[in-house]
Amino acid sequence: MSAALNHAMSHLAILPIVLPLTVGALMVMLGEHRRSLKAALGFASAAAMVVLALMLLHLADGAGGAPAIVYRLGNWPATFGIVLVVDRLAALMLLLTSILGLAALTFSLARWHQMGSHFHALVQFQLMGLSGAFLTGDLFNLFVFFEVLLAASYGLALHGSGPARVRAGLHYIAINLAASLLFLIGASLIYGVAGTLNMADLAARIPAIEGHNRMLLEVGAAILGTVFLVKAGMWPLGFWLPTTYAAASPPAAALLSILSKVGLYAVLRLWLLLFGGEAGESAGFGGTWLLVGGILTISFGTIAVLATQDMARLAGASVLVSSGTVLAAVGTGQVGVTGGALLYMVSSVLAIGAFFLVIDLAERNREVGADVLAVSLEAFGEGDEEEPTEGEEIGIAIPGTLAILGISFMACALLLAGLPPLSGFLAKFAILSPMLGVSEVGKAVPTLAWVLTVVLILSGLATLVAMTRTGINIFWVVPEGRPPRVRVIEFAPVALLLTLCLGLTVLAGPAMRYMEATAQGLHQPAGYVRGVLPGLRAGGGGGS
Amino acid sequence: MEILIALAVGVLGGSGVWLLLRPRTFQVIVGLSLLSYAVNLFIFSMGRLRTGAAPILEKGGTGSLAVFDDPLPQALVLTAIVIGFATTALFLVVMLASRGLTGTDHVDGRERDR
Repeated sequence: MSAALNHAMSHLAILPIVLPLTVGALMVMLGEHRRSLKAALGFASAAAMVVLALMLLHLADGAGGAPAIVYRLGNWPATFGIVLVVDRLAALMLLLTSILGLAALTFSLARWHQMGSHFHALVQFQLMGLSGAFLTGDLFNLFVFFEVLLAASYGLALHGSGPARVRAGLHYIAINLAASLLFLIGASLIYGVAGTLNMADLAARIPAIEGHNRMLLEVGAAILGTVFLVKAGMWPLGFWLPTTYAAASPPAAALLSILSKVGLYAVLRLWLLLFGGEAGESAGFGGTWLLVGGILTISFGTIAVLATQDMARLAGASVLVSSGTVLAAVGTGQVGVTGGALLYMVSSVLAIGAFFLVIDLAERNREVGADVLAVSLEAFGEGDEEEPTEGEEIGIAIPGTLAILGISFMACALLLAGLPPLSGFLAKFAILSPMLGVSEVGKAVPTLAWVLTVVLILSGLATLVAMTRTGINIFWVVPEGRPPRVRVIEFAPVALLLTLCLGLTVLAGPAMRYMEATAQGLHQPAGYVRGVLPGLRAGGGGGS
Repeated sequence: MEILIALAVGVLGGSGVWLLLRPRTFQVIVGLSLLSYAVNLFIFSMGRLRTGAAPILEKGGTGSLAVFDDPLPQALVLTAIVIGFATTALFLVVMLASRGLTGTDHVDGRERDR
């Protein structure tokens, strides 16, 4: 009985791919009309994804050091066929994706889903591509799922059309097509040297590769890394990111904000698996690049946050800061720091998703051109002179919706700047504390760790300054005309995302325990490798 | 054989990159196509170049990795061709939309001031 149950449970691994694929295909067949049916289908599927992800997370957490489920497609042995692997990291990313998907979809139901065709199908295919990329244990299959999620994201980025979106979308597509070609070069180089594309098998074979082949392998890995860093938006590869995200429609942008995390996921997974402590001569290959690149990305993002004049670009720049923070933290190569970086990633993805949605609600009634705010207004001293002087204006009440939006905005600001009491602060603390070696007395802290600390804290300050400035200009002004009309269905997803951040703060203990276990699993990939290849002996396997 | 493949990959890749960096959308898409040819040839060559080898089995012989061609890169190339074809088609549509909405075929959506 238990065996039969286990057998049924193992099929859970493929459901996050099959379910959105089926629903998405069905929606395409339903055609242009019947919006409410498609909306209901999409909502049900997204909600089911959340439940599925929760179940997988529970399974993964109970499985110790090994992956909870290794699902062999077509039941071929791992080295011949493709495997799907559910471990803690994959389950965590799945949950994050599904929550964001549900929030973005709910938000779009108010009006955005009518702005173009096939929105619901695209969301489903996007979810399918993301799930597949997080689950797969095969390098080439990762490429295929990257293409699926990118193809859907092209459609989503262009959703609603208009010159700004098409212009930004053109750059986005061109860059990603070029990056896909690099992915192919990197993957085939690695195959040519190692003779396998299975990630676990690769990790097992890498220590035995020597001489010229090792050099070729590292070249392949570096090319592959470049691709992932393009997706993650590392400076100087991330100039496309703020423009594209700012131009996309808000629910699409909220969903896209997890896309940059796919690059981070791939770096986390592959770099720690292939070039972790057990990789022989190549151990730690490229770590300094990640650390320095991450620091530069945070710096660039910080400057962009300060310099930007409109809110959507501010959110885009925050994505850069968040990517840079995770990259740099992972680049330090310490288990504790990786755990903190994971918590930071979860918290910042939720916060940025909520921020994109709040922006749309807050900016709804502002006239075009009002975006040239903050810097120009302060520089030219406008605004002050137009201050109404009549007495009755003093006691004006802030309208209810604006107050709620203002509080949400403030929560986003606290989360992104990393201030107490919300989870952003806890996450930054969880990164900095193990890095500066608070627990290990007498151990010298590397210079780069100090640089990272300073940059991280400064970026928090800059985010706070920029968010405060924007907030004052939007919520602290004498309301012109009527306040924006916000429907419950639009505010609910924002509340959901922010409540989750609050939950992450209150339940920081269990969350951090999970993240640390994830980081342990990533830094000691032997459990992953054994789980995927049960019959493997270290260093075994034939050549190509 | 090696020289021929290397030259083909190099020439296609070089022209592709050059075209990719040009300002007209048409040049960009031709550049991307050339680059994908180069990459496909490159993947193919990663299965080791060999002339006159049996596809999988010699007649009467037993299967051995040392004898037959590696079929996996060929499968990879096929997948890459299909995906590349689809994404190029999608890019073409976006290009046309951009041409229609902005009235120019410059990649930035506006002509550079001279």
